[in-house]
Amino acid sequence: MRYVSPNSPGSLVQYPDRYDHYINGEWVPPARGRYFENVSPVTGRPFIQIARGTHEDVERALDAAHAAKAAWGATPAAARAQILNRIADLMEQNLELLAVSETWDNGKPIRETLAADLPLAIDHFRYFAGVIRANEGTAAELDANTVTYHIKEPLGVVGQIIPWNFPLLMAAWKLAPALAAGNCVVLKPAEQTPASIMLWVSLVGHLLPKGVLNIVNGFGVEAGKPLAQSPRISKVAFTGETSTGRLIMQYASENIIPVTLELGGKSPNIFFADVMAQDDAFRQKALEGFGMFMLNQGEVCTCPSRALIQRSIYKDFLDLAVERAKLTVPGDPLDTSTRLGAQASNDQLEKILSYIDIGQKEGATLRMGGERVRLGGELVEGYYVAPTVFEGHNQMRIFQEEIFGPVVSVTSFEDEADAIKIANDTLYGLGAGLWTRSVHDAYRVGRAVQAGRVWTNCYHLYPAHAAFGGYKHSGIGRENHHMMLGHYQQTKNLLVSYDPNPMGFF
Amino acid sequence: MSTLPDQGFSQVSVTDEAAALIRRLVLDHGPVMFFQSGGCCDGSAPMCWPKGEFRLGERDVRLGVVEGAEYWIGGDQYERWRHTRLVLDVVRGRGAGFSLEAPEGVRFIIRSELCSVEELAALGEAPLPRGRDQR
Repeated sequence: MRYVSPNSPGSLVQYPDRYDHYINGEWVPPARGRYFENVSPVTGRPFIQIARGTHEDVERALDAAHAAKAAWGATPAAARAQILNRIADLMEQNLELLAVSETWDNGKPIRETLAADLPLAIDHFRYFAGVIRANEGTAAELDANTVTYHIKEPLGVVGQIIPWNFPLLMAAWKLAPALAAGNCVVLKPAEQTPASIMLWVSLVGHLLPKGVLNIVNGFGVEAGKPLAQSPRISKVAFTGETSTGRLIMQYASENIIPVTLELGGKSPNIFFADVMAQDDAFRQKALEGFGMFMLNQGEVCTCPSRALIQRSIYKDFLDLAVERAKLTVPGDPLDTSTRLGAQASNDQLEKILSYIDIGQKEGATLRMGGERVRLGGELVEGYYVAPTVFEGHNQMRIFQEEIFGPVVSVTSFEDEADAIKIANDTLYGLGAGLWTRSVHDAYRVGRAVQAGRVWTNCYHLYPAHAAFGGYKHSGIGRENHHMMLGHYQQTKNLLVSYDPNPMGFF
Repeated sequence: MSTLPDQGFSQVSVTDEAAALIRRLVLDHGPVMFFQSGGCCDGSAPMCWPKGEFRLGERDVRLGVVEGAEYWIGGDQYERWRHTRLVLDVVRGRGAGFSLEAPEGVRFIIRSELCSVEELAALGEAPLPRGRDQR
């Protein structure tokens, strides 16, 4: 079936003409009165206007957050958890609506937003509603009369800048731990994909006290930067690329505040020879694992964009994998049978094509794909790319830089040591995959690969309670796990003497 | 901040459209710089910032100067890109990071060429300047 395009008669989603900022529980027009057009990558056409925020709007959001922080920080964890659960419930009741909006805003297939983005985002709020109830400080007896207490406190007001590849899910990953821990937030969505977050807050915003969650839209340089630079935030969280990550750390150093950063990767997906030992379900699972580079059109920080296949099975495995990958072609993102949607923006499309170009110039062999796909009808100007498989070696640019498209670069390895060497020969260390029938090999290799997450005989699963974050240039911090609460909390130590007698110093 | 002298060989060039955009941005924002990003989302793309906004690291490498703007890349990333030349271009698009051109509805982008044997030899003899050379 096909969901009706938003703003058309009969669609689940009818956007207003424009979205203002969401500040202090109200819709607030941008201080300078300017808006920008938000384009749907499905059609390449604008569909709504979004507030073009500036530092004045950021300050107003910070005013609201600071006014709310004392009461929210003092709200019992049980009450905060109940609100997060209500947010999750309301999202669940509106799952289809939000999924259609997310697909329209980002270009990803509705099959994924219905089955992954929204269910995961909903569960994320429930997860942090749960763990905040069990979060506790410590107490230790240092001697008979002296006790040290460690009490967790919220940081206060935090700034969060989120990416365009999973707009609602990345908002949930950042908001749920911050709100659970008792912080007030100023959130800056990506300028490519602001619409579904604003639709989301129009549904759930009333559940939170005024000022606890504030959303300021606009361009990075005009709205994101003043937020990241502000001396009025106690922490900044960012998902994006490395140079902006460095810039944000630089700003944070001026204010001496902590940062968490998720900066992407170039994830190896390692296939050992024994995956081909039998023609069984597991072999099919491994072949499916190869095809995971197409998930979300490859616009995933952990896209398995380097496939490393053991030499003894290289040809046979790759032939089967390519045959299987050819079954996936770009289609209408709102059609539930579509498995590959549109790239999120025109510049993203152009960047992917420029990488396909340099891959060929460097001498990589193009096994399939390699071009823009023009779909018919209203989708003709949408941003679609054919799944692309290159063969080459690990020193090529297409093996070293994140392309963020449905492009995988394949090479072979001789043995385990060679696999580990190639896997680790990268600036990044966010995700990795490995496929083998041997539990011994799996454990050894999994520990040796320098990446924060090593999917073993699976890929692209993002359940709450599995820590997610990077080694090396891939960032700082671990999201998706209760340890993220620690990144949103201050530790108060009360060092208490219960001895009524003088200490005897003076 | 001192400015490095122009050197003979530049590993980055600029299209006419991108050069015109740089001139427009300089009118609005004053002198600018570029930094070649990597990683997630808007990675593998150039960032254009006000000159001096970004604290260059010791090992960062200056690929060249385009339309009066220095173009830098991280030292580790340079090691993996050094066999290629970049061409700075511009396409219709929607922002990235804190890059200055986003509000214009366009996005800087790079295209790449392989360095020739002669160019690689020239780079071997006269390596590009590093951030530490600027101090």
